[in-house]
Parts: sequence; C-alpha cells; structure tokens
Amino acid sequence: MTTNNEKNKIDSKVPQGPLAEKWTEYKAHQKLVNPANKRRLDIIVVGTGLAGASAAATLGELGFNVKNFCIQDSPRRAHSIAAQGGINAAKNYQNDGDSVYRLFYDTIKGGDYRARESNVYRLAEVSNNIIDQCVAQGVPFAREYGGSLANRSFGGAQVSRTFYAKGQTGQQLLLGAYSALSRQAQKGSVKLYTRYEMLDLVIIDGKARGIIARNLVSGKTERFSAHAVVIASGGYGNTFFLSTNAMGSNGSAVMQIYRKGAYFANPCYAQIHPTCIPVHGENQSKLTLMSESLRNDGRIWVPKKKEDAEAIRTGKLKPTQIKEEDRDYYLERRYPAFGNLVPRDVASRAAKERCDAGYGVGPTGLAVYLDFSEPIQRLGRDVVEARYGNLFQMYYKIVDENPYETPMMIYPAIHYTMGGIWVDYELQTSIPGCFCIGEANYSDHGANRLGASALMQGLADGYFVLPYTIQNYLAGEISTPRFSTDLPEFNDAEKGVQERIDRLMKIQGKRSVDSLHKELGLVMWEYVGMGRTKETLEKAIVEIKRIKKEFWSDVFIPGDGKDQNTELEKAIRLADFLEIGDLMARDGLLREESCGGHFRLEYQTSDGEALRNDEKFSYVSCWKYKGEDQEPEMLKEDLNYEFTKVQQRNYK
Amino acid sequence: MGCFIFNSSIGRKLVMSITGIALVLFLTFHAVMNIFVIISPEVYDQICEFLGANWYAIVGTVGLAALVVIHIFYALWLSIQNYIARGTDRYDVKANAPGVEWAGQNMLVLGLIVFGFLGLHLYNFWYEMQLPEIMGQEPAVGSEIVKGLFQSPVYCVVYMVWFAAIWFHLTHGIWSAIQTMGGSNHIWLPRIKTISNIWATIVVLIFMSIPVFYLITNLLG
Amino acid sequence: MENKLINITLKVWRQRGPKTKGAFETYKLDGVSVDSSFLEMLDMLNEKLISERKEPVVFDHDCREGICGMCSLYINGHPHGPDEDITTCQLHMRKFKDGETITIEPWRSHGFPIIRDLMVNRTAFDKIMQAGGYVSVNTGGFAEANAIPIPKRIADEAMDSASCIGCGACVAACKNGSAMLFVSAKVSQLALLPQGKKEGARRAKAMVAKMDELGFGNCTNTGACEAECPKNISITNIARLNREFLSAKFKD
Repeated sequence: MTTNNEKNKIDSKVPQGPLAEKWTEYKAHQKLVNPANKRRLDIIVVGTGLAGASAAATLGELGFNVKNFCIQDSPRRAHSIAAQGGINAAKNYQNDGDSVYRLFYDTIKGGDYRARESNVYRLAEVSNNIIDQCVAQGVPFAREYGGSLANRSFGGAQVSRTFYAKGQTGQQLLLGAYSALSRQAQKGSVKLYTRYEMLDLVIIDGKARGIIARNLVSGKTERFSAHAVVIASGGYGNTFFLSTNAMGSNGSAVMQIYRKGAYFANPCYAQIHPTCIPVHGENQSKLTLMSESLRNDGRIWVPKKKEDAEAIRTGKLKPTQIKEEDRDYYLERRYPAFGNLVPRDVASRAAKERCDAGYGVGPTGLAVYLDFSEPIQRLGRDVVEARYGNLFQMYYKIVDENPYETPMMIYPAIHYTMGGIWVDYELQTSIPGCFCIGEANYSDHGANRLGASALMQGLADGYFVLPYTIQNYLAGEISTPRFSTDLPEFNDAEKGVQERIDRLMKIQGKRSVDSLHKELGLVMWEYVGMGRTKETLEKAIVEIKRIKKEFWSDVFIPGDGKDQNTELEKAIRLADFLEIGDLMARDGLLREESCGGHFRLEYQTSDGEALRNDEKFSYVSCWKYKGEDQEPEMLKEDLNYEFTKVQQRNYK
Repeated sequence: MGCFIFNSSIGRKLVMSITGIALVLFLTFHAVMNIFVIISPEVYDQICEFLGANWYAIVGTVGLAALVVIHIFYALWLSIQNYIARGTDRYDVKANAPGVEWAGQNMLVLGLIVFGFLGLHLYNFWYEMQLPEIMGQEPAVGSEIVKGLFQSPVYCVVYMVWFAAIWFHLTHGIWSAIQTMGGSNHIWLPRIKTISNIWATIVVLIFMSIPVFYLITNLLG
Repeated sequence: MENKLINITLKVWRQRGPKTKGAFETYKLDGVSVDSSFLEMLDMLNEKLISERKEPVVFDHDCREGICGMCSLYINGHPHGPDEDITTCQLHMRKFKDGETITIEPWRSHGFPIIRDLMVNRTAFDKIMQAGGYVSVNTGGFAEANAIPIPKRIADEAMDSASCIGCGACVAACKNGSAMLFVSAKVSQLALLPQGKKEGARRAKAMVAKMDELGFGNCTNTGACEAECPKNISITNIARLNREFLSAKFKD
C-alpha cells in the first residue's frame, strides 16, 4: 500500500495490515480525548444532512462543544430527506449470500475501480452498525409479518440488502439523526445555527480554526471559532441548474475550503440518475427523481420501430397501443443478467443512446417508458400500490397521468456528485483540522455510486468514522485554549467576505442570477453531461469563462447586501458553481478514459460500454487552488488495488 | 397530578370533555323524562314531583349548574387563548377544508346560542317549578306548563331552533370529548363519529317530538 | 402533458420584517404554463420583478419534491393550495383557471412569526422536538437490529405517523393555531415502537408542555389539520397523544 506518495505529497494515511483489520487496528491505536478535555474543545459542523446531523449529534454525545450550521430554517430540511429508495447494509438477513466483503466488492466494482479500497471496506464494515443504530432511534423500517426487518434489491447488486421505510427512507433516517441532534441541542452540547450560511474558512497557523457565516435573516456576517471544522455541505449537482438536488443545495462551502488549500478530488464524476421525470419546459426549476427502486418491478422500454416512436411524440399513438412484440426492452435485451437493475450510469447512457437514435418518446423525444403493467398483472394492483403508491401519486401530481394505466415517462438527470473534497483515511482534508464528510467529500463511491449507498456513506461518516478519527487530531489540541474571534485572521477573513459581497452588489447589471445559472446549466448538460468528448469539454471551459465574465460584469442583485437578500445568496452560490463547472470540465478533459459517471465518447468498447484505462488513470485527481484566475494544479493519489482484482465492469 | 387541568392544553380540554359528557348524560335523562309528557302526563308529573326540591334534586341542580359554569368558563378561556394563538393578522381568504364539519368550527357560537336559550328555558320551567318549591311555595304542575307553553307556535319554533343548535353542538361534542379523552384510533374514530351522530340525533329527536306533537295537535285542533 | 398557457393575477402578501406592517400587492402574470409548478410560477414572478429592478417576493422552498417541508404558503384559503395531499411545491398550475386571481398569504399563527413576505419562522417546531421528540440512545449503544421484532402492522402505523414533514400546515389551517397534529405524529410514532415506549410518558409531557409554552392554541378537534395535511397525518394520532399525556399525568 502506498501510504505516502513522495512525488505528489499526497498522504492518504491508510493504516498498514490486511484489509479486514485496518479499521480495527486504527481504532485500537488511535489517540483519544478524555472526557474532561472534550468539554474544552469546540467543533464546527457545517450542514445538517445525514452526515452533518449524525456527526454533530454523536460528537455532542461524546462531550464536545458542537456548533452546527444549516442554511434552512431547520436541520430537518437538509436534502438527505429526499432520498427515497433505501440504505444498504451487509446484514445478510435474507440468507442470500451477502457479506461485508460482498458489499465492499460490489461498491468497488460499481465505482468502476476508482475508489480507495480501505475506505470502502470500512464503509461496508460499519454498514451493519448503522441499521442497528437507526432501529434503536425508532426509525420505522419496513418489516415482515414476523416482525423482522424487510429488504429489497437495488441496482448493481445480486443480493437483497437494502433496508427501506416506504419510499421515504432518507426522510426517516434524517429524522432519526435530527432527533439525536435535537436531544443534544436540548442538553446544550450542540448549538444550532439555522438560516446561517458559511462564507469562509478561517485558518490560523495552518490549521482550520473557524468560519465566517452570514446570518441569512439579518444579512450580517458573523465569526465563529473552533478547534476543528467539519464540512458536511453535500454535493454540487446544482452546477447543472436542473438537477434532483434541492434548490438551496450548493457547493460553496466546498469551494471556500478549496480556495483555502483543500484539494478538490475527481470533480468530473457526476452521477446521472436514470429515473427522473422528464423536463416540461424552460421554466422548470428542478427535476424530480423517481426512486430507483421502481426498476425492481417496472420494465423499461421504447418502441422497436422509429415510426411508432414518432407517432407517440406527435400524440397519434398511445404507449398502451404498442403491441408487446413492438416494444424494445433494451436493458433486458442488452444486459440479460442484471436486466432493468443495471447500475445507474449504464441505465442512463442506454436511455440516452435510444433517444439519440430516435426512439425516444414524450413530446420532446427525451424520455423512455417505465412500465408497470406486467407487475400489476403478476402481483396485483394492491401489492404495486403498497410498494410504490407514494411515488405513483407524486408522478400523477406532477405529470397528470396515471401510472397504473399508462407507462411512466422517465429520463436521466444529474443526481449525485461522487467527486468532492479530497480526504485521507481519517476524513481529514489537506488542511489540518478541516474534515469533510458525506457527499461533500469524494471518498467511497469511486467513479459511480450504487443505489442506497449514499445514505450508508453519510451515516457511516457521521456516526461511526468521524467521531473516532477527529479525536486522533483533537488529542493534539487539548492544550489549545479557545480562540478569540478578534484575531487578525478572523478580521481578514470577514473583510474578504464583505468585499466579495460588496463587489457583487456593486455590479448592478442587467442579468438575473437565475438566467445566468440556467445558461451555465445548459453548457454543463450539453458539454459536461452524459457523453463528453475532448471538444465539448474544451468548449465548456471557454463557455464557462464567458458566462463567468458576464456574471461578474452584468449580474443584477436587488436589495441590500447587509440585509436579508435571497438573490445575493443565490449569486454567491452561482459564483462558486461557475468555478466548479470549470473544474469539472478540466478534470474530465484530463481523464482520457471512461469510467462510471465520466463517459468520454472517444473511449468506449465496440458495444458502447465504458472503456477504462487502468494503466494511465488509476488515480484520484486532486485539484489544488493556485489563486484567482490561475489554472489549478492537478496532483495524483495513486489507487493501488491490493485486495481486489480490477476487471472490466460487466453486467451482462 | 399537579394542576395539569389548569396549566396544560390537554388538561383544559379534558375538563371540557368531562363536563360535556356529563351534560350529554343529563340531556339524555332529560329527554327520556320529557317523552312521558306525551305518553303519560301523570307519570311525567310524578317524576317532576319526585325530583321536586329534595336535597338530592337540589344537589343535582347545583351540580348541573356547576357543570354548565365550568364548561362555559373553560370554553371562553380556551377560546381566548386560541384567539391569541392565531396571531395578530388574519387570513384574507378562508376556504373550507374538505371534510371538516361546520359544527366543529363553530362550537363556541353554537354553545352561546344553546346557553342563551337555556336562560329562556329556565325562566319557563325552573322558575315556575323548582324555585317556588325551594322558596316554600306551591310549584306549578309540569305537564300543564308544557302544554300551556307549546300552545304558542312561536315557542314551538323557538324551542325547535334551540334543539337544532344542541344537535349541532352534540354531533361534534360527543366524539370530540371521546377523542380528547384519548378514546379513538383509526378503526374507532369513524365509529365514534357515527355513534355520536346517532346519539345526538336520538336525544334531539325526542326533545323535538314534544313541540312537534303540540304543534300538530294544535293544528289539527 | 399539455402545453397550455394561462394568464393570472396574483395578490401577494408583502411584509418587510417581523415588526413592520404588511399589505397585499397585486401582480399580473401572463403566459404561465399549466405544467409549471406553483413555485416555478413564483420564480417567473420574481424574474419579472427583478427585470423591473424590484425586490423579489421572499418565500421558503427547498427540495421542491414535497418532502423537506420547507415550502409553505396559504393559497386561496388553503395551506399548500387547493389540491389535496401535496405540498405547495407539488401544486401545479393546471389546478388554476385562465384569468383567475390567486391570493397568496403566509402561514398566520402566533407560533410562526413572519420573517419577511411569505417566509415565517418555524423554529418553534424544532424547540418542541428538542423537548422530547427522540429516543434517548447514544450512538453505538444498541442491540442487533433484528433483536427487537416489531409486528408489521405496528411498524406500518409508526411509519404513517412518522411521515410528517414538519411544514406547519396543520397550525396554519387550525382556527385555534394548535400544533397538536405535529406533536402527536412524533409522540405516536415513538409510542408505538418498543424502542420509544420506555420514555413515552416523559416525552408526551415534555413536548406538550413546550407546545403550550410556545403559545400554540388548544386543540378543539375541528379536523382542519388532517384535512389540509399534505402527508395525510390522521387525527387519531392526537387521540393517542391525549391518551399518552393523560395516563402519564394520572400516574404522577
């Protein structure tokens, strides 16, 4: 295991020893902080999603003083709440051959061999604890009549290991973490700062020591100090404007620490989710995801004949009028072993391929069918309703068509970003004292995340990993007194934030924030989307530069910079999205291979599958900030697969 | 137990429901008694006489009065609190939510109507019957007062309006009281609502039958 | 999906801050696609206001898929608008007629002070949750998940109670400004499950006491909360809360 790559100075701090023993070994030998000292240490946690809330609650339970920030009006609103399908764990309750190793292996393989083995193994190891923990909190998981926990299957696995609570698993898990957080807030060990947005990281003597945050109600900036800062602010999918992320989801906290020296890893890995409701028009503000669990029973198809597809697009034919033999169940045809349950990236590309070839349906031709007529016949409407009732209702409310009678229309959309802040085995960024957990970091999913693994990772980081590893750092800080926020470092950081706000407010141009964001989104979807080439990526860099220039010279933000100002909030976030978009394109350009959520049209097999280049690209690309308008530098963390055999992903 | 019946919302509601149910039980008894004025005025008068001004009847009357006072006092108290809880600005547009009973939204108004007519009722009957007896005078004969009163169609109608208000108040009140005491679940809630409607209807129909009876007999001459 | 456009008039509550006086302002909006969601229509309005160099209407929203509970709005006399069982973000413009006037107000309740325009402060809900809306268990101190068998019927019922999104529509709909549906949903979920039962009495008392303290009204079982709840939370939860609370008090 290369723990220290001399050439690039990237130290992943992976413990030595056999894979299955690394985490146990680490825990046995790491440094801890005694209870009396914990009371003297402050930790800032930014974000209250699964990772943030679970980390803040657990750190509070341990006795640290935690300050927990979120931009919403309550910690319970974080976008983890929208995860529908479920959470994986290697419990093997179904006796179908599951094990920690198999979950580890599926995750590594699903991630197209671009994740760090040691981290993924640890994730699979603690997955079982998460289920125990959530059940203890009162999360109402689905159960069998006998009272035991129920499981369902999910894409990318041949075992049923997914635990779920109707189609609202993320909600229930987040409410579980939120309840633990609320308990600590009551005890006073966690102080909640809702409607606060982090605007900069404060570094003192090379260590993360606090943040500058803007009170979104008063519009004033405030200073907060701590012995360590944990970023759990989620992914940057909203760079695409249209995504399944919440409207407020943003990559700003991540970009602030990137600009302060944290590496941004694998920015180009963005997951496109295959089952979203298609776009209806230009005023669309976000895309709604239909849980991947629908693919358990639903069958995906497009017409076999182009003329049928054409007739459907113009409204002359209805999908129910297409005869069985005239339907192309293309996933079942191409991938007989996994069928409709192939991983997300494979399913998404296959949908795009059919639509690009002219077989797409819906008014725009950018949709495929997800059909439930067969399961309704086989299982009965009641069973289908019990499994997917709430999703069907949601579809009906949005599209005004009844999925019990006519097939649903779906199309891929940006959903999750595997890339994020680079962290070592301890989830620490390249800035000492600054940690990054959940979707915000890059670690466990490689180039592609499997369904029901995001919830697992967020909670693993927050409940079971960070509370250990952060102590290894804090053990060295026990004699560091609390920091005054009057230190010059805080002054400078707040001044910087204020100047940036003033600069934005002074532009007073003609373009609204949203109009520029939509423009960026189109560029991203078109050029940095599902199928990328050298040309499109180069074009993207030029286009993003143009939009960035336009933004900084022509954006219009009404109101006052020192008052509540929702347009200013959006503008600050867009400024960062513009830089993330640029990083994504740059990273995609350098990665001359196809893997997982990064598909370069130049690199594919003869039957259109992703063609990896393990010899040249088996590394994590770590982007280092070099200053405003400077080109960032790319460092590499080599991925050495010691325990798994690297193979071509094959779901046939 | 502390004093949760004063300082907690559910405790205050419990007082409303216990006094309410007690009043419903009294009304039920009153209705059963009243029907005799039609079936057999002699029996009716015997019941009146039996109740008279005996100590248990007086205790009962004082108890009833207390129930009414507590019920109304708590109703006003809760209503004032609820008014404040609504905030300072009111909605400009208020539409009815589907499936929400009208009675449930207007319990205070219905209660005040019921209370207003109660004054009239006490003047008509109690003032003529129990009060004189307490004062040591000769009370009037119950069935005669009833007969005399309902000679007037106006009184018949007035009493019928009153009964209608009681009906609305009871249809919500009975199930609401049971709900407040915690006695419902997803199977029993619809049943309790049905029982509540049936009970209220039977009680009010019995009450109504008397003015209707006199109205018809008078019309038929 | 049909691509029809409608013209509408909006009467929107504008209020600068918690202490300032608010008033309705009227806006005309043309060419709204009936396939747009209600919030996309408000985005359109805000784009229009920005193009006129005015300040946009402030409203809360986040996930826009009906689960985060952030969006609110009292539309034409209904919390979350006239459609049933959905939040404002899932309400679509096909529910409105061409030429219609739509009145948009914030949640109005003593417990939810207005922050600005249509945005209200629902921190009270967090405070109620902090008073006892949890199972007192630390991370790591637990039994194997399947060691606590829970009958499917109970688990399903707990799930139904747990689907509350904490949006506050129940309070907004209630003529008493009562938060009983919200509180009862959480108390019910945890009272049903063996994990939460042990501290059921303490939880019910603490959460009700906090609810009362924060100035929410007294429940009179009007059922408006249930009728307007976007997640169909049943008032039978309130009965269970009453049961839990009263039996706890009588045991004291």
